[in-house]
Amino acid sequence: MSIELDGLTYVYMPKTPFEAKAVENISLNIKDGDFLGVIGHTGSGKTTLIGLMAGLLKPTAGRVLIDGQDINAKGYDKKALRRHIGVVFQYPEHQLFEETVYKDIAFGPRKINVSEEETDLRVKYAMELMELDYENIKELSPFELSGGQKRRVAIAGVLAMRPRVLILDEPVAGLDPKGRSHLMRLITKLNGEGVTIIMITHSMDDLAENANRVVVLNGAKLFIDDTPSKVFMQKKLLRDIGLDVPYVSRIAQSLRERGKNIPDDVIRFAQLEECVTRVLEGGQ
Amino acid sequence: MISNITLGQFFPGNSIIHRLDARIKLVLTVAVIVLVFLVRTITGYAVVLGFFVLTILLSRLSVKYVLKGLKPLWFILVFTFVLNTFFYSGGTELFSWWILRVTEEGLVSAVRLAVRLIYLITATTMLTLTTSPIALTDGLESLLKPLKAIRFPVHELAMMMTIAMRFIPTLIEETDKIMKAQTARGAEFDSGNVLKRAAGMVPLLVPLFVSAFRRADELAFAMESRCYNGGKGRTRMKVMRLNCRDFVAAAFVSGLMVFAVLGF
Repeated sequence: MSIELDGLTYVYMPKTPFEAKAVENISLNIKDGDFLGVIGHTGSGKTTLIGLMAGLLKPTAGRVLIDGQDINAKGYDKKALRRHIGVVFQYPEHQLFEETVYKDIAFGPRKINVSEEETDLRVKYAMELMELDYENIKELSPFELSGGQKRRVAIAGVLAMRPRVLILDEPVAGLDPKGRSHLMRLITKLNGEGVTIIMITHSMDDLAENANRVVVLNGAKLFIDDTPSKVFMQKKLLRDIGLDVPYVSRIAQSLRERGKNIPDDVIRFAQLEECVTRVLEGGQ
Repeated sequence: MISNITLGQFFPGNSIIHRLDARIKLVLTVAVIVLVFLVRTITGYAVVLGFFVLTILLSRLSVKYVLKGLKPLWFILVFTFVLNTFFYSGGTELFSWWILRVTEEGLVSAVRLAVRLIYLITATTMLTLTTSPIALTDGLESLLKPLKAIRFPVHELAMMMTIAMRFIPTLIEETDKIMKAQTARGAEFDSGNVLKRAAGMVPLLVPLFVSAFRRADELAFAMESRCYNGGKGRTRMKVMRLNCRDFVAAAFVSGLMVFAVLGF
């Protein structure tokens, strides 16, 4: 499922003194199976951009094309859009509302008219994916769960729609280290199964490890759009707009400064490990 | 999804109207409301209109922005206008149709009522546009102080109002967020019959209540940890003082009142 953004602009509260451009003339082409990372400092338009992609906001100018069709055109089937694009907002656990975990996860599938048997299967599938114990917690109230469990239930509620594109807005914010790595592993796994991932995050490390493409937003505009290794090579540029590079890049940089032969484009832990081993064995 | 609401929204600025003492502005707004009901003649209405134009100009707000405050009330305006036009008893008949009679007096009273309503809304909108909610409640607290003698919880009331106003934008933002999240999960808030729509609000209202209670809890905790224990012995960071401009404004409105009482 390809998503094409064409000259997208979004203005908040137009024609009032509070008018502000949240997204300005952004064009982007997201291919099927991409793992796209979106970074930018607070207020750079990331969340607005995903709202536009998911068809939750109407652009002031420009178009959002999904599989070549303009989603804001008259007669476009928004229900189909909801089925194919899952959105996990910041702190998704705040959207829980049903009496039981089961009912909450089943909300989405039921809304898009999936049969009861299929809904049942999907709830089980989503809970299994999120490593939630189906038998023991399906009848609990979502409000009785721990914070990490709540978040996984909320994400399961989105995954039960079996989306082909999953948009995540800072999915690991506020999670403990175990919860973080678990969630990142799951997202990577979904991507491996062919789900297109679009993820906003402040964790450069997560993107360095997993993304195949990184988009940098600055002041509502598209600033850089490239592969993670090329993006993270531009350390000074990123620092200037309030961002940073992954840990691995920093370690590689300080090794380079000590005269070790480590290439510029090392951003993943495994790459660094390989280089360090080589350097150590080479006796240099 | 939820766009701007002008009524009751503060518009930051540094004009002379913004800088007037909140207490004075509150009292003068009440005075102007009384004034609106005192004037009877066209000259009187014109003078009040002139007064509003002057305040808007002095406040450096755009007239268009102030008038936007009227938007949510156009229905009430039209409704009262129509009621008054058609159901005024007595007076000279202009024309009649079926059970409807339009009289000259009826028409005049309808126009008068509509103008008064518009004036009322403009007066209160100007107050809230040029006075920050905090200043407003501080002013109110200060004005209501005498009631403390009869054990009326003035400070607590003002604090509750401040907190309530502080959280209106937060709640609107929260509603917007939850609406988007549930819409992405296939929820629909604007289709189906009344029953369906009411049921559709559950996914919005439950999370909203949960978060409102959570916020209240957190705020109470934060206030207590900063040693808040009610109004007793509390001093102010910004002490309100009356200035020269406050007296000028008060004198000006008093003048208008006298003018109105004299029969215009």
